[in-house]
Amino acid sequence: MSWKLLTTGAALAVAATALAGCAGGDTSANGHTTLTVSIDPGLDKGAVAAFTTRVKQFETANPGIDVRTQEFKWDATTFTAKLAGGTLPDVFTMPFTDGRGLIQRRQIADISGLVKAFPYFDKFSPQIAKAGEADDGGMWAVPISAYGQALHYNRTLFTQAGLNPDDPPITWDQVRADARQIAQRTGQAGYAEMTTDNTGGWILTTLDYAFGGRTEQLGGDHAKSTLDTPQMTAALQELHAMRWDDNSMGSNFLYDWNGINQDFAAGRVGMYVSGGANYGSLKAQNAIKPADYGVTALPLTGKDAGVLGGGTLAAVSATASDSVKAAAVKWIDFYYMQKQTNQDAAVADAKATADSGEVVGAPELPVFDKAQYDQRMTWIARYVNVPVKQMAPYTDKMFDQPLVPEPTKSTQQVYALLDTVVQKVLTDRNASIPAMLADAQLQAQALLDKS
Amino acid sequence: MTITAEKPTTAATGRPPVRRRRRSLVTWVRGGGLGALLFLLPMLVVFTAFSWYPIAESVVMSFQQTNLVTAPVFVGLDNFRTVLTDPLLWTAVRNTLWFALLALLLGYPVPLVAAVLMSEVRRFRGLYSALAYLPVVIPPVVAVLLWKFFYDAGPTGVFNTVLRAVGLGPLPWLQDSSTAMASLVMEATWAAAGGTVIIYLAALTSVSPDLYEAAEIDGASVWRKIWHVTLPQLRGVLLITFILQIIGTAQVFLEPFLFTSGGPAHATTTILLLIYDYAFAGTLGGDYGSATALSVLLALVLAVFSAVYFRLTRSWGTL
Repeated sequence: MSWKLLTTGAALAVAATALAGCAGGDTSANGHTTLTVSIDPGLDKGAVAAFTTRVKQFETANPGIDVRTQEFKWDATTFTAKLAGGTLPDVFTMPFTDGRGLIQRRQIADISGLVKAFPYFDKFSPQIAKAGEADDGGMWAVPISAYGQALHYNRTLFTQAGLNPDDPPITWDQVRADARQIAQRTGQAGYAEMTTDNTGGWILTTLDYAFGGRTEQLGGDHAKSTLDTPQMTAALQELHAMRWDDNSMGSNFLYDWNGINQDFAAGRVGMYVSGGANYGSLKAQNAIKPADYGVTALPLTGKDAGVLGGGTLAAVSATASDSVKAAAVKWIDFYYMQKQTNQDAAVADAKATADSGEVVGAPELPVFDKAQYDQRMTWIARYVNVPVKQMAPYTDKMFDQPLVPEPTKSTQQVYALLDTVVQKVLTDRNASIPAMLADAQLQAQALLDKS
Repeated sequence: MTITAEKPTTAATGRPPVRRRRRSLVTWVRGGGLGALLFLLPMLVVFTAFSWYPIAESVVMSFQQTNLVTAPVFVGLDNFRTVLTDPLLWTAVRNTLWFALLALLLGYPVPLVAAVLMSEVRRFRGLYSALAYLPVVIPPVVAVLLWKFFYDAGPTGVFNTVLRAVGLGPLPWLQDSSTAMASLVMEATWAAAGGTVIIYLAALTSVSPDLYEAAEIDGASVWRKIWHVTLPQLRGVLLITFILQIIGTAQVFLEPFLFTSGGPAHATTTILLLIYDYAFAGTLGGDYGSATALSVLLALVLAVFSAVYFRLTRSWGTL
């Protein structure tokens, strides 16, 4: 064999190998459908083991489906990149705020025909189901959990500051006073706020609702921005006072969701606002000591004050084939829904989760109704391993507080605008709140008009 | 297909001109042309797929409205209008220029001074080079996490503790609009200087020792040797690293993205971060048309700048 022939052959082999690497598919050699499902990143071994057990149970129940897992958690700054790049798992989760937009743009798969077959399909709370529905009422994304915002607090810091951890604040004046006392006596941030990656807007909108405001007014197809209101001004003034008059907000004003959870679990933050079921993440990803944790209902002040509520939708990739879509809907039913609707599944899930040392019983709002929630809690009572008493200030009130859905139009873009507002208030003592809100409202209106 | 052999000139060789020899496809194949092409094929495929095609696609996309799932719609120059009328663009341009200026003031001389000093030392030069290069091998995300910890704005933060020891601070570092950008530049300089130091050190080895000896005979001090021998001899490399630095700083993304997400209050939003935000930050926004339009504009500006720069400085590097 000549040297030239040899090198030519080698080059061809390299080229063929490179091209072969581009091939792919969703059906394995044995004719099984391969389904990629999402698992939260950063979980400890126990949580991963619990998830793996569930995957094996699913594969046993569905012999024609092979499940692969992919780390994924919705994040404002990376979601669209993954969506556009086609790198999302076949089944993924996202907040309520993204559902309608993705459906309108047909960026997720239409699974409405398959979802209709769920035996509990008619029992979804209509208000919650709306987040995953298309204009014709078809359910393209399944609501798997719902939450109301709550005030999380570190009981140990409360004690160190001379405050009673069993008597958390119930007004914003008390929040401010307690934050000041924590900062003065412990040197840690008494109250902290998320400000980046759209979370600043999310929490500021929560405060606005808690002070009786709303960020948009809907009238038919038209939405009017209502950022520049006395309620929003009051919310920002509260933050301004805690930051600049009391110096009780620590020294980090660029928190994202992960960052603030980390600092809270590490005892560097006394209080912060986030979803009521956040304990699960704090335990699994930030190893919070249960004794440190406390959660209470968000203080509400003024007429029309309410708690911002949202939730999580499970959706299927727009590029999924019919067989993958069918497998994906089975997975959604098996992994996310049966534990809420079926006693055996609820008990099996709670047992597997508890055995792996993960959280069972963190306070979530039901996607169906309170009766379903109560029933499920009865089923899994023996496996509940969260500090129930420490959550009582929240769980005692969570069904009584008026729940207000997140804004529906250009939600994340308006949140991004508000990120800047809240950052400015926390980093510039002389920031003019009225001027910033007037400007933000103009920009938000432009976004709403465009949407 | 014919390939023309290179023709030597009479002036260069002093010989009569050689007649052009025409090669047929068969002679090209026999001469190993096919093998060479096949060897090139993987590289051509990879470059086409991952570099040239995306560039062409980006230019096309800058005239489209698309969410990358449904069919794109051509919108003419709308995306360019959107970008050029966005008030944030000018904030981003101003911030990028500010970053470039700070990086030039801090990041350009530091590697040069370090390289010159290292070239002067007789012992442990290898160790110093390795230490200078060490930050380059640390993954950027790890480096940023490390510096985030250093930049803790509380009185017990690492840098603030050091400042307190000398009676200064505490500084807000990343947490204030006035200090955030400078903080990013410091980390970026630390992270990137090692690579430039190595380039300068390599260039310094090509400086003839005779020049230094001549300077010493003339009684030149160390400073005068650097000024009159080292710097002129490095001029070509300095010009290249200057333009690379400008292009690099115009495309700064990692630091503002990982440290501050463009905050506080857009104080560190750079052009590349704005491009990213157009495309991805809205989660549903996905304004890929505006993102690619701004990318095309940035590429054009940098291409024009580079061409003008090289034209103006063409003679400087060879003097």
